Amino acid sequence: MEKKELKTPLLDELEKGPWPSFVREIKKSAEKNPMARDTLGQLERSYEDRISHWKHGGLVGVMGYGGGVIGRYSDLPEEFPEVAAFHTYRVNQPSGWFYTSEALRTICDIWEKHGSGLTNMHGSTGDIILLGSKTEALEPCFADLTEAGWDLGGSGSDVRTPSCCVGPARCEWACYDTLEACYDITQSYQDELHRPMFPYKYKFKFAGCPNDCVAAIARSDMSIIGTWKDAIQIDQEKVREYASDGVDIEAEVVDLCPTGCIAWDGQKITIDNSECVKCMHCINVMPKALAPGKERGATILIGAKAPIVGGALLSSVFVPFIEMKPPFEEIKELAEAIWDVWGEYGKNRERVGEFIQRVGLGNFLEEIGLEPVPEMIAHPRTNPYIFFDEELEEDEDEE
Amino acid sequence: MSDVTVEQVADAMYELVKATHGKKNLKAMDLTKAMIEKFGDAVDKKMCKLAIRQLIDGGRCIYSYFGGSYITLPSKEGEQG
Ligand code: HEM
Ligand code: HEM
Ligand code: SF4
Ligand code: SF4
Repeated sequence: MEKKELKTPLLDELEKGPWPSFVREIKKSAEKNPMARDTLGQLERSYEDRISHWKHGGLVGVMGYGGGVIGRYSDLPEEFPEVAAFHTYRVNQPSGWFYTSEALRTICDIWEKHGSGLTNMHGSTGDIILLGSKTEALEPCFADLTEAGWDLGGSGSDVRTPSCCVGPARCEWACYDTLEACYDITQSYQDELHRPMFPYKYKFKFAGCPNDCVAAIARSDMSIIGTWKDAIQIDQEKVREYASDGVDIEAEVVDLCPTGCIAWDGQKITIDNSECVKCMHCINVMPKALAPGKERGATILIGAKAPIVGGALLSSVFVPFIEMKPPFEEIKELAEAIWDVWGEYGKNRERVGEFIQRVGLGNFLEEIGLEPVPEMIAHPRTNPYIFFDEELEEDEDEE
Repeated sequence: MSDVTVEQVADAMYELVKATHGKKNLKAMDLTKAMIEKFGDAVDKKMCKLAIRQLIDGGRCIYSYFGGSYITLPSKEGEQG
């Protein structure tokens, strides 16, 4: 086919400078893939017109699955016919994003055969994102992915592809095996992942420690964040080494502990562990001297959402401490109890955090069968909606 | 009360999806609630899940996305129900 030269002066600006450029990469793909070429053309038009030319929605998917494919169309199909349909696959990533180079080659080969060849490693959901499939390519591409051992992830009102930090695979702070937990939950909830049955999305994210490298607390309906019960492990010799190497322990550690529970006498530090809120600050400053305790597990927090329209919510503590051992019964029991209540009474497009705000934490806890505990209180005196049974009884007695 | 089979629930769901087609989109939970209303204690959420699975896997219905996920009749690509 005769191709006229593609001029992209606005996009070309994004190739200037020493850093990687998505424009440069798409141009490479455009040399051999007409879909990538029309992507550039349409993007340049969007920059000129200052408006997106992508349209959402419609009915696309693969047989039997309610999620994993997101419908996208061009609103300039005559001008850019190769991207008239430009659907996105979410492909379930491996726990912690560990691949062999062979696995990556396989997925790229499949994608060059069926789609635009453009990928996003990784989407904010954690999935491998394959950008730009024509409608007729959906099933054959899915068949090849399945054949090679890949599966689609979540989209729509389902369990979204669970994700986790690298955890014990690379990180000494991991308080539990995030990779194993993420894999177990993914496998256990295949139905909920592929067959949307909720009012809206439900995200699990697994962080090995409160540093929360997967941003679970900001984004997931159910955040499982590693923590410990006993004392922070201290190597005093190493603390002194940090001090003699120029770390100002008083200013950089003691004064910045949010609960003021560390003391330093110039020779050794002492920590009042009953006051420690596991913020990780002291450990992050002196990783060779300090480490999380030995009695490790996780905290389950519920109800975050990153906003598109309304306000952001962070997830809040529901279960202060659980041991993290397969088959992770406590997580599953809690998740299923939540799905039962929210599934039945949640409004369309209402995340579980918003649902809890609407019905009240007290009512919600009663429905899912959890006892209120002090750890659920985020700040003193900002908690007008938990009522302990004793208080209620006292009130009743007075009448 | 007489026993209700998953097939019967699936059929009743299918009729409901057909009857509301083009007027109202139904989610999995809407179908489930409607069936529990219709059949009473003879059905539960689990059974409804199985019935939906039958509808989808058999191709009588598909999942559609209009801001949320709905169960609809198979229709033309790109149609905004
Ligand atoms: C020197 C004089 C005063 C001092 C030192 C004082 C101090 C305080 C403090 C510490 C609080 C709690 C704030 C918080 O915990 O967030 C408070 C709240 C409050 N004060 Fe005062 N106060 C003074 C005068 C007054 C006066 C004259 C009034 C009313 C005529 C008043 C009415 C209130 C009310 C209604 C609150 C509650 C606000 C809320 O709950 O949001 N205060 N005050
Ligand atoms: C009809 C009259 C009043 C009403 C309806 C009223 C209402 C309230 C309410 C709703 C609160 C917040 C309670 C909470 O957050 O748990 C409050 C707190 C407070 N009120 Fe009043 N109030 C009235 C009169 C007064 C007067 C006359 C004073 C002082 C001269 C006063 C001083 C305070 C203070 C200091 C607090 C804060 C208590 C705390 O932080 O623990 N109030 N009031
Ligand atoms: S969240 Fe904690 S355990 Fe996981 S990678 Fe980050 S620092 Fe390590
Ligand atoms: S983890 Fe945070 S709260 Fe705990 S002792 Fe260290 S700095 Fe203080």
